[in-house]
Amino acid sequence: MNLDFSQLGPYIPFLLQGIWITLKFVFVSILIGLILGTLLALCKITRHSILTWFANAYTSIFRGTPLILQLMIIFYAIPQLTGYDIPTFLAAILAFGLNSAAYVSEIIRAGIMAVDKGQVEAAEALGIPYRPMMLNIILPQAVKNILPALMNEFITLTKESAVVSTIGYLDLMRRAQIIGAQLYRNFEPLLVAGLIYWVMVVILTKLGSILERRLRASD
Amino acid sequence: MIKVEQITKVFGKNPVLKNISTTIHQGEVVAIIGPSGSGKSTFLRCLNLLEKPTEGKIYIKDREITDPKVNILEVRKHIGMVFQQFNLFPHMTVLENVTYAPQKVKKLAKGEVEKNAKDLLAKVGLSDKVDSYPSQLSGGQKQRVAIARALAMEPEIMLFDEPTSALDPEMVKEVLDVIKDLAETGMTMVIVTHEMNFAKEVADRVIFIDDGVILEDAEPHQFFNAPKSERAKDFLSKLL
Repeated sequence: MNLDFSQLGPYIPFLLQGIWITLKFVFVSILIGLILGTLLALCKITRHSILTWFANAYTSIFRGTPLILQLMIIFYAIPQLTGYDIPTFLAAILAFGLNSAAYVSEIIRAGIMAVDKGQVEAAEALGIPYRPMMLNIILPQAVKNILPALMNEFITLTKESAVVSTIGYLDLMRRAQIIGAQLYRNFEPLLVAGLIYWVMVVILTKLGSILERRLRASD
Repeated sequence: MIKVEQITKVFGKNPVLKNISTTIHQGEVVAIIGPSGSGKSTFLRCLNLLEKPTEGKIYIKDREITDPKVNILEVRKHIGMVFQQFNLFPHMTVLENVTYAPQKVKKLAKGEVEKNAKDLLAKVGLSDKVDSYPSQLSGGQKQRVAIARALAMEPEIMLFDEPTSALDPEMVKEVLDVIKDLAETGMTMVIVTHEMNFAKEVADRVIFIDDGVILEDAEPHQFFNAPKSERAKDFLSKLL
Protein backbone atom coordinates (compact mmCIF):
# COMPACT_ATOMS: atom_id res chain seq x y z
CA MET A 1 0.00 0.00 0.00
CA ASN A 2 1.59 3.21 -1.12
CA LEU A 3 -0.69 6.17 -0.71
CA ASP A 4 0.68 9.40 -2.12
CA PHE A 5 -1.40 12.51 -1.60
CA SER A 6 1.35 14.89 -2.69
CA GLN A 7 0.48 14.51 -6.39
CA LEU A 8 -3.06 15.55 -5.55
CA GLY A 9 -1.85 19.04 -4.58
CA PRO A 10 -2.38 20.92 -7.87
CA TYR A 11 -5.82 19.39 -8.29
CA ILE A 12 -7.15 20.36 -4.85
CA PRO A 13 -8.75 23.68 -5.99
CA PHE A 14 -10.43 21.83 -8.88
CA LEU A 15 -11.79 19.25 -6.44
CA LEU A 16 -12.92 21.83 -3.88
CA GLN A 17 -14.86 23.76 -6.52
CA GLY A 18 -16.92 20.60 -6.79
CA ILE A 19 -18.24 21.16 -3.27
CA TRP A 20 -20.04 24.32 -4.33
CA ILE A 21 -21.27 22.70 -7.55
CA THR A 22 -22.67 19.74 -5.59
CA LEU A 23 -24.14 21.89 -2.83
CA LYS A 24 -25.82 24.22 -5.31
CA PHE A 25 -27.70 21.49 -7.09
CA VAL A 26 -28.45 19.51 -3.92
CA PHE A 27 -29.92 22.65 -2.33
CA VAL A 28 -32.13 23.46 -5.33
CA SER A 29 -33.22 19.80 -5.56
CA ILE A 30 -34.17 19.69 -1.89
CA LEU A 31 -36.16 22.89 -2.33
CA ILE A 32 -38.02 21.51 -5.35
CA GLY A 33 -38.61 18.23 -3.54
CA LEU A 34 -39.90 19.99 -0.45
CA ILE A 35 -42.31 22.33 -2.23
CA LEU A 36 -43.58 19.77 -4.72
CA GLY A 37 -43.67 17.07 -2.04
CA THR A 38 -45.82 19.27 0.21
CA LEU A 39 -48.24 19.98 -2.64
CA LEU A 40 -48.43 16.26 -3.47
CA ALA A 41 -49.02 15.43 0.20
CA LEU A 42 -51.92 17.92 0.25
CA CYS A 43 -53.31 16.28 -2.91
CA LYS A 44 -53.16 12.91 -1.19
CA ILE A 45 -55.30 14.03 1.74
CA THR A 46 -57.98 15.98 -0.13
CA ARG A 47 -61.39 14.63 -0.99
CA HIS A 48 -60.82 15.40 -4.67
CA SER A 49 -60.22 11.91 -6.01
CA ILE A 50 -58.53 13.08 -9.24
CA LEU A 51 -55.82 14.92 -7.29
CA THR A 52 -55.34 11.97 -4.97
CA TRP A 53 -55.08 9.61 -7.92
CA PHE A 54 -52.54 11.85 -9.63
CA ALA A 55 -50.38 12.19 -6.50
CA ASN A 56 -50.44 8.45 -5.85
CA ALA A 57 -49.56 7.64 -9.46
CA TYR A 58 -46.74 10.17 -9.35
CA THR A 59 -45.31 8.63 -6.19
CA SER A 60 -45.66 5.13 -7.57
CA ILE A 61 -43.72 5.96 -10.73
CA PHE A 62 -40.93 8.01 -9.17
CA ARG A 63 -40.45 5.61 -6.28
CA GLY A 64 -40.82 2.55 -8.43
CA THR A 65 -38.06 3.22 -10.96
CA PRO A 66 -34.32 3.78 -10.47
CA LEU A 67 -33.18 7.34 -9.97
CA ILE A 68 -30.37 6.90 -12.48
CA LEU A 69 -32.92 5.85 -15.10
CA GLN A 70 -35.02 8.96 -14.43
CA LEU A 71 -31.90 11.07 -14.78
CA MET A 72 -30.98 9.37 -18.07
CA ILE A 73 -34.49 9.83 -19.43
CA ILE A 74 -34.52 13.51 -18.57
CA PHE A 75 -31.03 14.16 -19.89
CA TYR A 76 -31.08 12.03 -23.07
CA ALA A 77 -34.76 11.66 -23.93
CA ILE A 78 -35.82 15.30 -23.66
CA PRO A 79 -33.35 16.45 -26.38
CA GLN A 80 -34.43 13.51 -28.55
CA LEU A 81 -38.11 14.36 -28.20
CA THR A 82 -38.05 18.14 -28.23
CA GLY A 83 -34.75 19.10 -29.76
CA TYR A 84 -34.07 21.17 -26.64
CA ASP A 85 -30.53 20.46 -25.51
CA ILE A 86 -31.08 20.35 -21.76
CA PRO A 87 -28.17 21.66 -19.63
CA THR A 88 -26.77 19.20 -17.11
CA PHE A 89 -27.66 21.40 -14.14
CA LEU A 90 -31.31 21.60 -15.19
CA ALA A 91 -31.48 17.87 -15.86
CA ALA A 92 -29.91 17.18 -12.47
CA ILE A 93 -32.24 19.37 -10.40
CA LEU A 94 -35.27 18.07 -12.32
CA ALA A 95 -34.40 14.42 -11.78
CA PHE A 96 -33.44 14.81 -8.13
CA GLY A 97 -36.18 17.31 -7.28
CA LEU A 98 -38.95 15.28 -8.90
CA ASN A 99 -37.67 12.07 -7.39
CA SER A 100 -37.28 13.51 -3.91
CA ALA A 101 -40.80 14.99 -4.07
CA ALA A 102 -42.22 11.45 -4.22
CA TYR A 103 -40.48 10.46 -0.99
CA VAL A 104 -41.08 13.79 0.74
CA SER A 105 -44.80 13.65 -0.10
CA GLU A 106 -45.13 10.34 1.75
CA ILE A 107 -43.22 11.67 4.76
CA ILE A 108 -45.32 14.84 4.93
CA ARG A 109 -48.57 12.96 4.40
CA ALA A 110 -47.73 10.74 7.36
CA GLY A 111 -46.86 13.83 9.40
CA ILE A 112 -50.16 15.54 8.60
CA MET A 113 -52.15 12.40 9.39
CA ALA A 114 -50.42 12.19 12.77
CA VAL A 115 -51.57 15.69 13.81
CA ASP A 116 -54.53 15.39 16.16
CA LYS A 117 -57.74 15.92 14.23
CA GLY A 118 -58.96 18.18 17.01
CA GLN A 119 -56.51 20.74 15.62
CA VAL A 120 -58.39 20.91 12.32
CA GLU A 121 -61.70 21.10 14.18
CA ALA A 122 -60.49 23.90 16.42
CA ALA A 123 -59.26 25.84 13.38
CA GLU A 124 -62.51 25.23 11.50
CA ALA A 125 -64.59 26.26 14.48
CA LEU A 126 -62.71 29.57 14.57
CA GLY A 127 -63.52 30.14 10.90
CA ILE A 128 -59.89 29.88 9.78
CA PRO A 129 -59.66 29.23 6.01
CA TYR A 130 -57.90 26.13 4.64
CA ARG A 131 -54.69 27.80 3.53
CA PRO A 132 -53.67 29.57 6.76
CA MET A 133 -54.89 26.55 8.72
CA MET A 134 -52.51 24.29 6.81
CA LEU A 135 -49.61 26.74 6.73
CA ASN A 136 -49.74 28.04 10.29
CA ILE A 137 -51.40 25.31 12.31
CA ILE A 138 -51.18 21.84 10.77
CA LEU A 139 -47.90 21.86 8.81
CA PRO A 140 -45.74 23.34 11.62
CA GLN A 141 -46.90 20.53 13.90
CA ALA A 142 -46.45 17.94 11.16
CA VAL A 143 -42.93 19.15 10.32
CA LYS A 144 -41.90 18.90 13.95
CA ASN A 145 -42.84 15.23 14.03
CA ILE A 146 -41.28 14.31 10.70
CA LEU A 147 -38.08 16.32 10.91
CA PRO A 148 -35.88 13.24 11.53
CA ALA A 149 -37.41 11.48 8.52
CA LEU A 150 -37.00 14.60 6.38
CA MET A 151 -33.37 14.97 7.43
CA ASN A 152 -32.83 11.38 6.43
CA GLU A 153 -34.22 12.12 2.99
CA PHE A 154 -31.97 15.19 2.62
CA ILE A 155 -28.92 13.17 3.64
CA THR A 156 -29.77 10.44 1.15
CA LEU A 157 -30.22 13.04 -1.56
CA THR A 158 -26.87 14.66 -0.75
CA LYS A 159 -25.04 11.37 -1.13
CA GLU A 160 -27.03 10.07 -4.07
CA SER A 161 -26.24 13.33 -5.85
CA ALA A 162 -23.01 11.63 -6.92
CA VAL A 163 -25.11 9.85 -9.55
CA VAL A 164 -25.13 13.04 -11.65
CA SER A 165 -21.51 12.36 -12.50
CA THR A 166 -22.90 9.89 -15.04
CA ILE A 167 -24.31 12.68 -17.21
CA GLY A 168 -21.04 14.62 -17.04
CA TYR A 169 -22.15 17.20 -14.49
CA LEU A 170 -18.93 18.44 -12.90
CA ASP A 171 -19.85 17.70 -9.30
CA LEU A 172 -17.54 16.51 -6.55
CA MET A 173 -17.71 12.88 -7.67
CA ARG A 174 -17.05 13.60 -11.32
CA ARG A 175 -14.06 15.76 -10.42
CA ALA A 176 -12.59 12.99 -8.25
CA GLN A 177 -12.91 10.61 -11.20
CA ILE A 178 -11.29 13.08 -13.58
CA ILE A 179 -8.35 13.63 -11.23
CA GLY A 180 -8.03 9.87 -10.82
CA ALA A 181 -7.83 9.40 -14.58
CA GLN A 182 -5.22 12.15 -14.91
CA LEU A 183 -2.98 10.76 -12.19
CA TYR A 184 -3.61 7.08 -12.83
CA ARG A 185 -4.23 7.00 -9.10
CA ASN A 186 -7.84 6.65 -8.01
CA PHE A 187 -7.66 5.91 -4.35
CA GLU A 188 -6.42 9.30 -3.14
CA PRO A 189 -8.95 11.56 -4.93
CA LEU A 190 -11.82 9.19 -4.10
CA LEU A 191 -10.77 9.13 -0.46
CA VAL A 192 -10.71 12.92 -0.28
CA ALA A 193 -14.07 13.16 -2.05
CA GLY A 194 -15.49 10.61 0.37
CA LEU A 195 -14.25 12.65 3.31
CA ILE A 196 -15.87 15.79 1.89
CA TYR A 197 -19.24 14.02 1.42
CA TRP A 198 -19.03 12.76 4.99
CA VAL A 199 -18.30 16.24 6.36
CA MET A 200 -21.24 17.68 4.37
CA VAL A 201 -23.58 15.08 5.85
CA VAL A 202 -22.26 15.68 9.38
CA ILE A 203 -22.92 19.41 9.00
CA LEU A 204 -26.39 18.71 7.62
CA THR A 205 -27.14 16.40 10.55
CA LYS A 206 -25.98 19.09 12.98
CA LEU A 207 -28.20 21.71 11.34
CA GLY A 208 -31.08 19.25 11.60
CA SER A 209 -30.65 18.72 15.32
CA ILE A 210 -30.39 22.47 15.94
CA LEU A 211 -33.64 22.97 14.04
CA GLU A 212 -35.26 20.11 15.91
CA ARG A 213 -34.30 21.61 19.24
CA ARG A 214 -35.73 24.98 18.25
CA LEU A 215 -39.02 23.43 17.16
CA ARG A 216 -39.26 21.62 20.49
CA ALA A 217 -39.23 24.94 22.36
CA SER A 218 -42.99 24.64 22.95
CA ASP A 219 -42.81 21.19 24.61
CA MET B 1 -81.52 32.86 17.38
CA ILE B 2 -81.00 29.19 16.49
CA LYS B 3 -83.78 27.23 14.86
CA VAL B 4 -83.26 23.54 14.19
CA GLU B 5 -85.77 21.92 11.87
CA GLN B 6 -86.02 18.17 11.70
CA ILE B 7 -82.35 17.37 11.40
CA THR B 8 -81.14 13.85 10.91
CA LYS B 9 -77.54 12.74 10.94
CA VAL B 10 -76.50 9.33 9.69
CA PHE B 11 -72.96 7.95 10.01
CA GLY B 12 -72.66 5.14 7.48
CA LYS B 13 -75.88 3.25 8.16
CA ASN B 14 -76.09 4.34 11.74
CA PRO B 15 -78.61 7.13 12.47
CA VAL B 16 -77.20 9.25 15.31
CA LEU B 17 -79.78 12.05 15.22
CA LYS B 18 -83.37 11.35 14.28
CA ASN B 19 -85.57 14.20 13.22
CA ILE B 20 -84.56 16.70 15.87
CA SER B 21 -86.24 20.10 16.08
CA THR B 22 -85.83 22.86 18.62
CA THR B 23 -85.43 26.60 18.96
CA ILE B 24 -82.85 28.38 21.09
CA HIS B 25 -83.51 32.03 21.84
CA GLN B 26 -81.15 34.94 22.15
CA GLY B 27 -79.46 34.97 25.56
CA GLU B 28 -80.67 31.53 26.48
CA VAL B 29 -78.37 29.03 28.18
CA VAL B 30 -79.29 25.50 27.16
CA ALA B 31 -77.78 22.41 28.76
CA ILE B 32 -77.82 19.23 26.72
CA ILE B 33 -77.83 16.10 28.77
CA GLY B 34 -77.97 12.44 27.92
CA PRO B 35 -76.17 9.14 28.08
CA SER B 36 -72.93 8.54 26.17
CA GLY B 37 -73.52 7.87 22.51
CA SER B 38 -76.96 9.46 22.60
CA GLY B 39 -76.04 11.97 19.89
CA LYS B 40 -75.76 15.07 22.07
CA SER B 41 -72.25 15.99 20.91
CA THR B 42 -73.21 15.35 17.30
CA PHE B 43 -76.18 17.66 17.76
CA LEU B 44 -73.92 20.39 19.12
CA ARG B 45 -71.42 19.90 16.30
CA CYS B 46 -74.21 20.30 13.75
CA LEU B 47 -74.86 23.81 15.04
CA ASN B 48 -71.54 25.10 13.62
CA LEU B 49 -71.52 22.54 10.83
CA LEU B 50 -68.52 20.58 12.07
CA GLU B 51 -70.97 17.83 11.22
CA LYS B 52 -73.26 18.42 8.30
CA PRO B 53 -76.79 17.18 8.95
CA THR B 54 -77.83 14.46 6.52
CA GLU B 55 -81.30 16.00 6.37
CA GLY B 56 -83.09 18.99 7.83
CA LYS B 57 -82.37 22.67 8.18
CA ILE B 58 -80.67 24.89 10.70
CA TYR B 59 -81.31 28.63 10.85
CA ILE B 60 -79.16 31.10 12.72
CA LYS B 61 -80.73 34.54 13.00
CA ASP B 62 -83.21 33.54 10.27
CA ARG B 63 -80.47 32.59 7.84
CA GLU B 64 -80.39 28.98 6.72
CA ILE B 65 -76.82 27.79 7.34
CA THR B 66 -77.44 24.31 5.96
CA ASP B 67 -77.96 25.87 2.52
CA PRO B 68 -75.01 24.57 0.42
CA LYS B 69 -74.46 28.10 -0.93
CA VAL B 70 -73.71 29.51 2.51
CA ASN B 71 -70.07 30.24 3.34
CA ILE B 72 -69.49 27.97 6.32
CA LEU B 73 -66.42 29.87 7.51
CA GLU B 74 -68.46 33.06 7.65
CA VAL B 75 -71.05 31.33 9.82
CA ARG B 76 -68.44 29.87 12.17
CA LYS B 77 -66.88 33.29 12.79
CA HIS B 78 -69.91 34.13 14.88
CA ILE B 79 -70.09 30.86 16.79
CA GLY B 80 -67.44 30.06 19.38
CA MET B 81 -66.73 26.48 20.33
CA VAL B 82 -64.98 24.90 23.28
CA PHE B 83 -63.95 21.25 23.06
CA GLN B 84 -63.60 18.48 25.59
CA GLN B 85 -59.91 18.04 24.69
CA PHE B 86 -59.23 21.84 24.58
CA ASN B 87 -57.52 21.58 21.17
CA LEU B 88 -55.19 24.49 21.83
CA PHE B 89 -52.51 25.01 19.19
CA PRO B 90 -49.49 23.45 20.96
CA HIS B 91 -46.82 25.30 18.97
CA MET B 92 -48.21 28.74 19.84
CA THR B 93 -48.03 30.61 23.12
CA VAL B 94 -51.20 31.32 25.07
CA LEU B 95 -51.32 34.84 23.64
CA GLU B 96 -50.78 33.60 20.07
CA ASN B 97 -53.53 31.03 20.54
CA VAL B 98 -55.95 33.78 21.46
CA THR B 99 -54.82 36.36 18.89
CA TYR B 100 -54.34 34.13 15.84
CA ALA B 101 -57.92 33.89 14.61
CA PRO B 102 -58.92 37.55 15.13
CA GLN B 103 -55.81 38.60 13.22
CA LYS B 104 -56.12 36.06 10.40
CA VAL B 105 -59.87 35.82 10.07
CA LYS B 106 -61.12 39.22 11.11
CA LYS B 107 -57.99 41.01 9.84
CA LEU B 108 -57.82 43.17 12.94
CA ALA B 109 -54.66 45.08 13.82
CA LYS B 110 -52.16 43.28 16.02
CA GLY B 111 -52.09 45.87 18.78
CA GLU B 112 -55.85 45.97 19.18
CA VAL B 113 -56.12 42.17 19.10
CA GLU B 114 -53.39 41.72 21.70
CA LYS B 115 -54.95 44.24 24.05
CA ASN B 116 -58.30 42.51 23.75
CA ALA B 117 -56.67 39.09 24.24
CA LYS B 118 -54.90 40.22 27.39
CA ASP B 119 -58.19 41.57 28.77
CA LEU B 120 -59.86 38.24 28.07
CA LEU B 121 -57.01 36.27 29.62
CA ALA B 122 -57.24 38.49 32.69
CA LYS B 123 -60.96 37.75 32.86
CA VAL B 124 -60.32 34.01 32.92
CA GLY B 125 -57.55 34.54 35.51
CA LEU B 126 -54.53 33.78 33.34
CA SER B 127 -52.73 37.11 33.02
CA ASP B 128 -49.50 35.51 34.23
CA LYS B 129 -49.60 32.76 31.56
CA VAL B 130 -49.65 34.98 28.48
CA ASP B 131 -46.26 33.81 27.22
CA SER B 132 -46.53 30.18 28.33
CA TYR B 133 -47.04 27.29 25.94
CA PRO B 134 -50.07 25.02 26.35
CA SER B 135 -47.84 22.14 27.49
CA GLN B 136 -46.89 24.20 30.54
CA LEU B 137 -50.51 24.61 31.69
CA SER B 138 -52.83 22.44 33.76
CA GLY B 139 -56.02 21.08 32.19
CA GLY B 140 -58.16 23.73 33.82
CA GLN B 141 -55.87 26.48 32.61
CA LYS B 142 -55.86 25.06 29.08
CA GLN B 143 -59.64 25.03 29.01
CA ARG B 144 -59.79 28.62 30.21
CA VAL B 145 -57.40 29.63 27.43
CA ALA B 146 -59.63 27.76 24.99
CA ILE B 147 -62.62 29.75 26.23
CA ALA B 148 -60.68 33.03 25.86
CA ARG B 149 -59.63 31.97 22.35
CA ALA B 150 -63.24 31.40 21.34
CA LEU B 151 -64.38 34.67 22.94
CA ALA B 152 -61.67 36.64 21.14
CA MET B 153 -63.70 36.25 17.93
CA GLU B 154 -66.57 38.03 19.72
CA PRO B 155 -69.07 35.32 18.90
CA GLU B 156 -72.81 35.69 19.31
CA ILE B 157 -73.22 32.06 20.31
CA MET B 158 -70.96 29.81 22.37
CA LEU B 159 -70.99 26.03 22.11
CA PHE B 160 -69.41 23.88 24.82
CA ASP B 161 -68.78 20.20 24.15
CA GLU B 162 -68.32 18.55 27.55
CA PRO B 163 -65.92 21.29 28.66
CA THR B 164 -65.04 19.65 31.98
CA SER B 165 -65.06 15.95 31.09
CA ALA B 166 -61.30 15.74 30.50
CA LEU B 167 -60.37 17.64 33.66
CA ASP B 168 -59.07 16.48 37.01
CA PRO B 169 -61.86 16.87 39.57
CA GLU B 170 -60.22 19.77 41.38
CA MET B 171 -60.05 21.79 38.18
CA VAL B 172 -63.67 21.49 37.20
CA LYS B 173 -64.81 24.40 39.33
CA GLU B 174 -62.40 26.98 37.90
CA VAL B 175 -63.71 26.25 34.41
CA LEU B 176 -67.37 26.13 35.40
CA ASP B 177 -66.97 29.47 37.19
CA VAL B 178 -65.74 31.06 33.96
CA ILE B 179 -68.65 29.60 32.01
CA LYS B 180 -71.06 30.77 34.70
CA ASP B 181 -69.70 34.32 34.50
CA LEU B 182 -70.15 34.20 30.76
CA ALA B 183 -73.73 33.01 31.10
CA GLU B 184 -74.47 36.04 33.25
CA THR B 185 -73.36 38.39 30.48
CA GLY B 186 -76.34 37.27 28.42
CA MET B 187 -74.39 35.18 25.89
CA THR B 188 -76.41 32.59 24.02
CA MET B 189 -74.90 29.28 25.04
CA VAL B 190 -75.40 25.60 24.33
CA ILE B 191 -73.56 23.30 26.72
CA VAL B 192 -73.24 19.53 26.46
CA THR B 193 -72.42 18.46 30.00
CA HIS B 194 -72.44 15.71 32.57
CA GLU B 195 -72.31 18.20 35.43
CA MET B 196 -75.90 18.04 36.62
CA ASN B 197 -75.53 20.54 39.44
CA PHE B 198 -74.00 23.00 37.04
CA ALA B 199 -76.82 22.49 34.55
CA LYS B 200 -79.36 22.97 37.32
CA GLU B 201 -77.71 26.19 38.42
CA VAL B 202 -76.77 27.85 35.14
CA ALA B 203 -79.11 26.61 32.43
CA ASP B 204 -82.41 28.22 31.51
CA ARG B 205 -83.44 25.02 29.80
CA VAL B 206 -82.40 21.40 29.76
CA ILE B 207 -82.67 19.23 26.69
CA PHE B 208 -82.43 15.51 27.31
CA ILE B 209 -81.36 13.49 24.30
CA ASP B 210 -81.43 9.73 24.14
CA ASP B 211 -80.79 7.54 21.12
CA GLY B 212 -80.85 10.51 18.74
CA VAL B 213 -84.18 11.88 19.91
CA ILE B 214 -85.09 14.78 22.20
CA LEU B 215 -87.02 13.13 25.01
CA GLU B 216 -87.34 16.15 27.28
CA ASP B 217 -87.11 19.87 26.83
CA ALA B 218 -87.87 21.64 30.08
CA GLU B 219 -86.77 24.11 32.73
CA PRO B 220 -84.07 22.66 34.96
CA HIS B 221 -86.11 22.35 38.15
CA GLN B 222 -88.89 20.66 36.26
CA PHE B 223 -86.52 18.29 34.46
CA PHE B 224 -84.55 17.32 37.55
CA ASN B 225 -87.49 17.08 39.93
CA ALA B 226 -90.20 15.69 37.73
CA PRO B 227 -88.91 14.19 34.47
CA LYS B 228 -91.70 13.00 32.22
CA SER B 229 -90.05 10.12 30.40
CA GLU B 230 -89.09 6.82 31.99
CA ARG B 231 -85.72 7.02 30.25
CA ALA B 232 -84.86 10.34 31.89
CA LYS B 233 -86.03 9.09 35.30
CA ASP B 234 -83.82 6.06 34.87
CA PHE B 235 -80.86 8.20 33.72
CA LEU B 236 -81.16 10.61 36.66
CA SER B 237 -81.59 7.81 39.20
CA LYS B 238 -78.20 6.43 38.20
CA LEU B 239 -76.44 9.70 38.96
CA LEU B 240 -75.33 10.79 42.38
